[in-house]
Amino acid sequence: MGSVKAELLRLWKWPATWVLIGVWLVMTLTFGYVFNYLALNGGTNTRSMSQQQLISAMQPENVGAAVVRGLPMFGGAIILVLAALAIGSGYGWGTWKTTLTAGPRRVSAMAGTLGALGIVVVLLVALTFVVNVGASITVASLEGWDWSLPGLGVFEALGASLLIAAMWTGFGVFLGVVTKGPALAVGLGLMWAIVTENLLRGVGSLLGPVESLTRVLPGGSAGNLAGAVGGSGAPGVLTDLSGTTAALFLVGYVVFFVGAATLLKVRRDLV
Amino acid sequence: MIVTTEKLTKRYGDRAVVDEVSLSVRRGEVYGFLGPNGAGKTTTIRMLLGLVRPTSGAARVLGEKPGTPRALLKVGSLIEGPGFYPYLSGRDNLRVHAARRGVDRTHVEAALEQVDLMGAAAEKFRRYSLGMKQRLGVAAALLGRPELLILDEPTNGLDPAGMADMRDLVRALAAQGQTVLLSSHLLGEVEEICDRVGVISNGKLVAESTVEQLRGETVLVIKADPIEKAHVLIEGSSLHGDVLHVRETDAGALVRTLVHADVDVQEVRPLRRTLEEVFFEMTGAA
Repeated sequence: MGSVKAELLRLWKWPATWVLIGVWLVMTLTFGYVFNYLALNGGTNTRSMSQQQLISAMQPENVGAAVVRGLPMFGGAIILVLAALAIGSGYGWGTWKTTLTAGPRRVSAMAGTLGALGIVVVLLVALTFVVNVGASITVASLEGWDWSLPGLGVFEALGASLLIAAMWTGFGVFLGVVTKGPALAVGLGLMWAIVTENLLRGVGSLLGPVESLTRVLPGGSAGNLAGAVGGSGAPGVLTDLSGTTAALFLVGYVVFFVGAATLLKVRRDLV
Repeated sequence: MIVTTEKLTKRYGDRAVVDEVSLSVRRGEVYGFLGPNGAGKTTTIRMLLGLVRPTSGAARVLGEKPGTPRALLKVGSLIEGPGFYPYLSGRDNLRVHAARRGVDRTHVEAALEQVDLMGAAAEKFRRYSLGMKQRLGVAAALLGRPELLILDEPTNGLDPAGMADMRDLVRALAAQGQTVLLSSHLLGEVEEICDRVGVISNGKLVAESTVEQLRGETVLVIKADPIEKAHVLIEGSSLHGDVLHVRETDAGALVRTLVHADVDVQEVRPLRRTLEEVFFEMTGAA
């Protein structure tokens, strides 16, 4: 518990944590509500969405879908950056050395970091939900729509959001440990999340096996889970796999990333 | 013994960075771990803290295997400069460290007081001077009242005043009975504050003893005329150019002997090798 408390204290007071969470919330508001609202009120190009689709996307009862659809790509990239920075920076600052000589076992120290990052990511998803609820109620009130709060189905979307966020967190942690620094971890992670998988999807339209592979890659699995729980109309959201299959792949990635990172952390010399 | 190593070895590929080092640190002493840069001091210390795994050999720290919680909780360390979060204040950095060590946060204030950082405790770590950063590192090492303090090059990068402050701090800790393992390449520092020293060169421990033993006996240097006659008269003397070296402390008796034999005694002075000379002799450094 001491390790979690220590990590939570330092992540809580880390400006990068709040900058990244803030950037994500601004993005989710801008792309989820501001642009859709402007398009609905006089926009000439509605991204192939009908008026009814725009209204539906901003309804409070569809907040769950609004939260999950942003996470497979852009939200995921931000979470990955946060995790990669949280782990990788410790090598440059020398804080891993201080942490690992403080007393806890290496596996406990790593669990502390993972636990604290987990809490921050749950907070990020919760804040995203709250901000989306607030924005959707504001839009619905401004437009005078009849609206209702989301039903129990929202928990499915939030659960999927947390699983997607956990996978990107694990990916960032893994990259931070493997590269032993923040810069390369963030660069590689962003490259993967935003560029590589999309390029592979492009190649996949020419080569069948590559297309099959892209469906189960980290971003692909995240996109498929988001698509399965109602997310739509955002980059990275897919509908090629069932929700269960996509969720199983994501669990596999979480176990692999976290397990491999912890194993490396425990076994590798800190020089 | 509070620390013992037996043939402790670390190899990277074919290169032995630490080569069969067997050293021992006794309770209550300030042990100087001396060696040129790159001699293997920090790697040895990292092995004592479990940060680096030895290739072969063994070590015990306070009777425990290095790197285990039971060992680490009894050891405070500062290795190759302090590692803290730059965006946190000195106080918050110590609170984070205290949480990891399972130490009550009330000890943080005492540690800050001990290293004279109370006035700057609320400042961000990145705004600290190098001396303040090192002192915060010592404060972190002191949290939880460790039985052994391991300080690796604690005066690195400090100005003379900062170095003097750090020496005073180590002396004060030693006076309280704190066992300290102090690694340094600064001979004056080690000579001034250490009870015993281990000298490491090219990964090998080339000597381990008290500073006094390491410097050896005092010899008398005698300049006389004729020097050859003096050399014959004084048994056991050795001729070094135009002076004699004699392992004898009774200068008066020697002078009387020479004067009675009609030898003109021009100079008699004691000579003792400095730790620096011994160090250069042992490590081949210059």
